Amino acid sequence: MENPYIPYPVSIDDIQIATEDKSLKTFRFVFQNKSDEEKFAYKAGQFAELSIPGLGEIPIGIASSPTEKGFVTFTVFKTGKVTSHLHTMKVGDTMGIRGPLGNWYPWDTLMGKNILIIGGGFAFTTLRSSIKMMLDPSNRSVFGNIDVVYGARTPGMLLYKDELFEWGKREDINMHLTVDTEAPNWDYHVGFTPAITEKVAPKASDDTYAIVCGPPIMIKFTLPVLEKLGYKHDHIIMSLENRMKCGIGMCGRCNIGTELVCKDGPIFTLSDINKTPKEY
Amino acid sequence: MKILHIDKASWDKGVLKSGETYRLTGPVKDKDTHAFKNLNDGELPDMGYVETKMSPKALLFPRSEVMLTYSTNPHDGNCNIMKEASKAYPPRAVIGIRPFDAKAIQLVKLNFDTEEYKDPYWLKAYEACTFVGLAINQPSITDFSTSCNTGPFDETGLDVLVVDTGHGFLAKILSTKGQAWADAAGFNIEAGADAASKITAMKKEAEANIVSKISVDKIAGKTVLELFDAGHWEDTAFGCINCGTCTFACPTCWCFDIQDETYGTQGVRIKNWDSCMTGLFTMHGSGHNPREYPYQRTRQRFMHKLKYFMDKYQEGIMCVGCGRCIKQCPANIDIREICNTMNQ
Ligand SMILES: Cc1cc2nc3c(=O)[nH]c(=O)nc-3n(C[C@H](O)[C@H](O)[C@H](O)COP(=O)(O)OP(=O)(O)OC[C@H]3O[C@@H](n4cnc5c(N)ncnc54)[C@H](O)[C@@H]3O)c2cc1C
Ligand code: SF4
Ligand code: SF4
Ligand code: FES
Repeated sequence: MENPYIPYPVSIDDIQIATEDKSLKTFRFVFQNKSDEEKFAYKAGQFAELSIPGLGEIPIGIASSPTEKGFVTFTVFKTGKVTSHLHTMKVGDTMGIRGPLGNWYPWDTLMGKNILIIGGGFAFTTLRSSIKMMLDPSNRSVFGNIDVVYGARTPGMLLYKDELFEWGKREDINMHLTVDTEAPNWDYHVGFTPAITEKVAPKASDDTYAIVCGPPIMIKFTLPVLEKLGYKHDHIIMSLENRMKCGIGMCGRCNIGTELVCKDGPIFTLSDINKTPKEY
Repeated sequence: MKILHIDKASWDKGVLKSGETYRLTGPVKDKDTHAFKNLNDGELPDMGYVETKMSPKALLFPRSEVMLTYSTNPHDGNCNIMKEASKAYPPRAVIGIRPFDAKAIQLVKLNFDTEEYKDPYWLKAYEACTFVGLAINQPSITDFSTSCNTGPFDETGLDVLVVDTGHGFLAKILSTKGQAWADAAGFNIEAGADAASKITAMKKEAEANIVSKISVDKIAGKTVLELFDAGHWEDTAFGCINCGTCTFACPTCWCFDIQDETYGTQGVRIKNWDSCMTGLFTMHGSGHNPREYPYQRTRQRFMHKLKYFMDKYQEGIMCVGCGRCIKQCPANIDIREICNTMNQ
């Protein structure tokens, strides 16, 4: 019997400070047993439990793309017990990863479709995974137009900045970066994500899907914009967060109505979410 | 199906004999009530018991259970690598379990034994068990099991159903596991031809003694949101102090927490019973709590039992009508009344 509670041993291979306020760091892990990497085959949108013996486990979205081999990355905000400890760890340290867990963005449905990605703050991790995956030469032709609206308070708070600017130069993706207020040397949009979305979002159609991840306040103001633009609720895809422990649908704490966010989610369409209590 | 006759003196001897092959667990006197415990050598289950305060769920789902072990000592080869805790699962006979509690185990199994994931701790303990049930001749006033797809003589999830006829026991063998236990006990005298009809008659009588009933037909027809958003919840939950007693006593409540405990450089990752009645259960790292108010937690418990579970598994409700939560609630919250309110 496979024990779903045992994490794969991994080593920290690289640590990068991800934002100017140092509240987020990106960790790259390599599997200590090569065969575990194969077992960890994942899709963009899934998460994993990062496990630190003596401290506990935290569910974190997978930021690397399935097209990137030999490692997995996660970008973690320092907030409580486990995340704070993780921020003190060093390259070479051993810890564990359990997963991949949860569902993924509905890639089967999204094939051949135009995709509008809307991200805010540090909820850009699985969106980064998705963009990287779609831009891979073997995948790019599978999708239609790709538009990305990504906003943060300041330029220094945008995650994966180098990559964002590189994508900005490409012809096969439309990047709409924005910051809340004017900043020196900032040549992109200024304004909140919902307002920029209203300006730049492609027209709604049966062939256009929006993926929205961000802080609650951004979601709250972005959804009406999408509705105004004509996006149907089953064409709006979101990733939810709830407190988690097991990540495999057993410990009972992450449910919204009948749905377990860890196992039936974390990805839901807005029309699915509309049927459940707003307990997230 | 084979029915054995066992007179009371042979019962005691046989049960003890089965202890040579099985680890025995059964109801024993515990202060003013009974509890399911591992029986010591020579100790007999009290087959005259009325009820146990705690359900026997802890046999498969201990209050606290070590799952993994680790070392944080850099000189150990396996430093910071989690290992499954070694644990033996010798065959166990659970003697005298009540039919509704055995049914509850089948409901809990839907959670721990899924297509995608299996909880090896629960499942190995389950597979090691032979369930020798004891029919309930005189249901308590808070027993509403017949409204919950089970009942005082329900055979679901049992390997043997034992019926106390007053003069002796009739043991209905329900599975090969049950037969193996009877063999180990040396029980082999087949009951007379009238045994089956005797059990049927006793079953009818016991069921007729259950006066307490609930109905969920209208709940089934309503949407989750209709029930969730109904105006009554703050009133319904008013007395509830979120103590969690109902969740711990309940045979079908399965929520748990995972914690690490380190002693020096050696540690364990443990699974502990948890309760949806506590605020911390759902509290995010940011401080945001989707169930911030006490009534929201009470609502979660009853919505889970009476609606979410039913919709998710199509196996009825997540309650077997044992009545423990009704008897033990310090605030007189009664699931039957809440069910009625929801079922209007
Ligand atoms: C599907 C999913 C993806 C996520 N992806 C990311 C990500 O990419 N980057 C990131 O920085 N954060 C992410 N989070 C949030 C992250 O899990 C929490 O910030 C983290 O668990 C807090 O842990 P802590 O020990 O530092 O906090 P504490 O408050 O000390 O929490 C103690 C424990 O409670 C649980 N817990 C607390 N808050 C949360 C929460 N919001 N969600 C889930 N479990 C929680 C964890 O088990 C945690 O160890 C994600 C959450 C979910 C559910
Ligand atoms: S319903 Fe009763 S037993 Fe359950 S938490 Fe509330 S007060 Fe405690
Ligand atoms: S009556 Fe109460 S304690 Fe018994 S199964 Fe139902 S909810 Fe659980
Ligand atoms: S985290 Fe345990 S059930 Fe979802």
